[in-house]
Amino acid sequence: MSSPARKIKLEAKPNWVSTRNPCKACAPMGATLVMRGIEGGVPFLHGSQGCATYMRRYLISHFREPMDIATSGFSEASTIFGGGANLRQGLQNVTSQYKPGLIGIATTCLTETIGEDMNLLLHEYRAKGGQAENAPELVHVATPSYRGTHVDGFNDAVRAVVEQMAAEGALPSAYTQSFLNIFPGMVSAEDLRFLKEVADDFGIPATVFPDYSETLDGPSMLKYKKIPEGGTPLLALHATPAARASIELGRTLRQKKTAASFLQERFLVPAKRIGLPVGVEETDVFFNTMEKVTGAPMPEKYAAQRGRLIDAYVDGHKYVFGKRAIVFGDEDMVVGMTSLLAEIGAQPILCASGGKSGALAKSIAEVTTHLKEAPLVREGVDFMTMAEEAEMKELKPDFMIGSSKGAKFARALGVPLIRVGFPIHDRFGGQRILHLGYRGAQQLFDQIINTLLELKQDSSPIGYSYL
Amino acid sequence: MADILRERERQVYRKGQGEALPIDCEKQSAAGSVSQRACVFCGSRVVLYPIADAIHIVHGPIGCASYTWDIRGALSSGPELHRLSFSTDLQEMDVIRGGEKKLYAGLCELIDAHQPKAAFVYGTCIVGVIGDDMDAVCKRVSLEKGIPVLPVHSEGFKGTKKDGYRSACDALLKLVGTGSTEGITPHSINILGDFNLAGETWMIREYYRRMGVEVVSCITGDGRVDEIRRSHGAALNVVQCSGSMTNLAKTMKEKYGIPFIRVSYFGIEDMSKALYDVARHFANKEMMKRTQEMVRTELTRVLPELSEYRRVLTGKRAAIYVGGAFKAFSLVSALRHLGMTTVMVGSQTGNKEDYEQLREICDEGTIIVDDSNPLELSSFLEEKDVDVFIGGVKERPIAYKLGIGFCDHNHERKEALAGFDGMLNFAREVHSSVMSPVWRLTPRKRGSMLEVVK
Repeated sequence: MSSPARKIKLEAKPNWVSTRNPCKACAPMGATLVMRGIEGGVPFLHGSQGCATYMRRYLISHFREPMDIATSGFSEASTIFGGGANLRQGLQNVTSQYKPGLIGIATTCLTETIGEDMNLLLHEYRAKGGQAENAPELVHVATPSYRGTHVDGFNDAVRAVVEQMAAEGALPSAYTQSFLNIFPGMVSAEDLRFLKEVADDFGIPATVFPDYSETLDGPSMLKYKKIPEGGTPLLALHATPAARASIELGRTLRQKKTAASFLQERFLVPAKRIGLPVGVEETDVFFNTMEKVTGAPMPEKYAAQRGRLIDAYVDGHKYVFGKRAIVFGDEDMVVGMTSLLAEIGAQPILCASGGKSGALAKSIAEVTTHLKEAPLVREGVDFMTMAEEAEMKELKPDFMIGSSKGAKFARALGVPLIRVGFPIHDRFGGQRILHLGYRGAQQLFDQIINTLLELKQDSSPIGYSYL
Repeated sequence: MADILRERERQVYRKGQGEALPIDCEKQSAAGSVSQRACVFCGSRVVLYPIADAIHIVHGPIGCASYTWDIRGALSSGPELHRLSFSTDLQEMDVIRGGEKKLYAGLCELIDAHQPKAAFVYGTCIVGVIGDDMDAVCKRVSLEKGIPVLPVHSEGFKGTKKDGYRSACDALLKLVGTGSTEGITPHSINILGDFNLAGETWMIREYYRRMGVEVVSCITGDGRVDEIRRSHGAALNVVQCSGSMTNLAKTMKEKYGIPFIRVSYFGIEDMSKALYDVARHFANKEMMKRTQEMVRTELTRVLPELSEYRRVLTGKRAAIYVGGAFKAFSLVSALRHLGMTTVMVGSQTGNKEDYEQLREICDEGTIIVDDSNPLELSSFLEEKDVDVFIGGVKERPIAYKLGIGFCDHNHERKEALAGFDGMLNFAREVHSSVMSPVWRLTPRKRGSMLEVVK
């Protein structure tokens, strides 16, 4: 049915000005996801009505959960005279409707361009009664959509919230004992549950931020909750400077100003900045880090999971050896998946992202040192550029691994797409995919092997029933 | 009862409870209300989206293009340029220096690569602020490339989705009247406001063919630029959907003297009426006879299965929340056909006449709501103990979270819901949600959260 786009003459036009089938979304969306990961938090966009609605729709299609995003709903007048009045009315209405503990405000391209002075506006709002009892805390992150991607918006929001909420003075008693900060990056709800479980098993309290493991993957309800339960507690966000250490996941973040780097510079909280624990080797780094910062050994159950995983790698190694893969999506997920593929003997041939951290090539190189042939690494690219590169360089992949936005690309190449990361709009259960840890690697490995077996079985004239 | 924001109190009406219509509507959403509405850009983008042999380029930062890539289930029988996402992806320096150069270069390369019949250029919020002269760039590219390059002024903040429809119609009007009308027969129509979701336009086109009516252009459903250019040669415009294409029909009436009728293709009553209205317009006995025969054939085919669903669904309660109110009218009557009662009905963009009509066709006690939000909708669903909610992607999780059935009646649906077969699909979908055994496991049916855990 679907006819791929016209073949494009490649040599004639190597550098495209326009973005064609994007492998990214815009920054404010990432920020709204972070705000949804705060206990009692309501995400709020200072901008046009449509931004909130589009992002809700995009996120709902992935999480299949209510995702309310409030907006100041700019009109022509607010664009000309400033959106202060809309912002105030919006904050008041959100407060009276939702009774939130926090409103997390992100600006959009419109409000950033007209130069809204958010500090002043919020200062005025607080001064005029926003300080009353039960008034929600207000945090703000600047996320102009013309800078970076949804992932940058996400990480900027994590940093902004931590910066604005980090308390200088005395802490509530619950936070005087030893605890960790974990900044996981943009991972699935199941991944967040995994990280909390690990901390629990190490016997150390942890502030995982953001935490949308319940707010965006909650139970069926008897009564509608205005704000779903769960999320990182506000007190925990005030207490981040008192943590024993911060663990921040994502190799491409290491040179950036992040929540962990802020806490280290300002409050001398040691920052452990490591890769997303996808696959054995990156997960080993994660558990080593956990052992170091807690002083406790890795619990036996993880050793058992690791053992089973290696055993499975051995059982399945031949099916995947030398299989060529294109990996795409958000940068740190791409690095993680590339690491996993490299360690199981697959050949990542193109590692691409719409993100542009400047650190993707270096990060990929670090996790593929034992590969004979280094994969092509492309930052800041879209799907059509990837497709053209695949055709021009005759990459001939056996399979692809990435978000569901690559479905059209995979279909055109006639290869299976293993869906991981975000967004997953054309399959069920994206929020429950476990990418992290040995158990996550186990599930991914099983899926990769089964995808290859299925391909072999389906294309076989004999139709093996043993493989 | 719901906590309703003070400024929204007059946008909620309960039939037969003393509150006086007219309901408050057609106003800007209250800030902080969490409206289900989109924006001007959305209005333009959804209307023009199914024109499959044109390229659609979004001028602005990447978000607007990302969120609308392949968003509708609008099918094409040929080219599929509409399913590609193109954006100027403006960056910080473009915002500072202006995006005209980038737009020009982007348009040129895309037109060269894809050889479209036309290009639509959508202005987003930021373009309205940095002051790019989109019209000038489009004009220049049009001259250089020899195809229509049409600016669509759809800056998000400049109104509501309805204003976006108007901008889209303005762009279409630049195409209409530029092609030859040679060979168009007297019994000819344009189909306006159907988007060929899951192939619906094809079904409707086939009905008209069987009646002996020539369809000149479906404008946007499986749309083609050349068909739109000659659409002013049709004898009648048949307009579906509340607001989206009415402006185009009105202007075509003024400019080309083409009369228009409003129809709906949802539900067997409205579907039949649409076909009869067209036959009546042409006042042709043969055509009317063919129409009667066709309707009879179709009804004989679908009614037995429908009556089976009716038997099971009778007495169930439904809630409706849709974009345009016009669709809601058809849904109320389609649900009634299935023996179901509509206990809540609302729309994002209805006007006073729409709500008055809804009041007339609904039962006592029905909640009628304009521009609602998740908190209100969830409380209405609880209050009315609804069995199935009919809406779009943003409404779905509200129903599901509460353990309530849901039927997708939105632009990305994969099931055709228009026409006689569409009514069957609709009944099947409502039935498969309402009758699922999963509800008995939910807290809502058990009356407690804990029961489930045991």
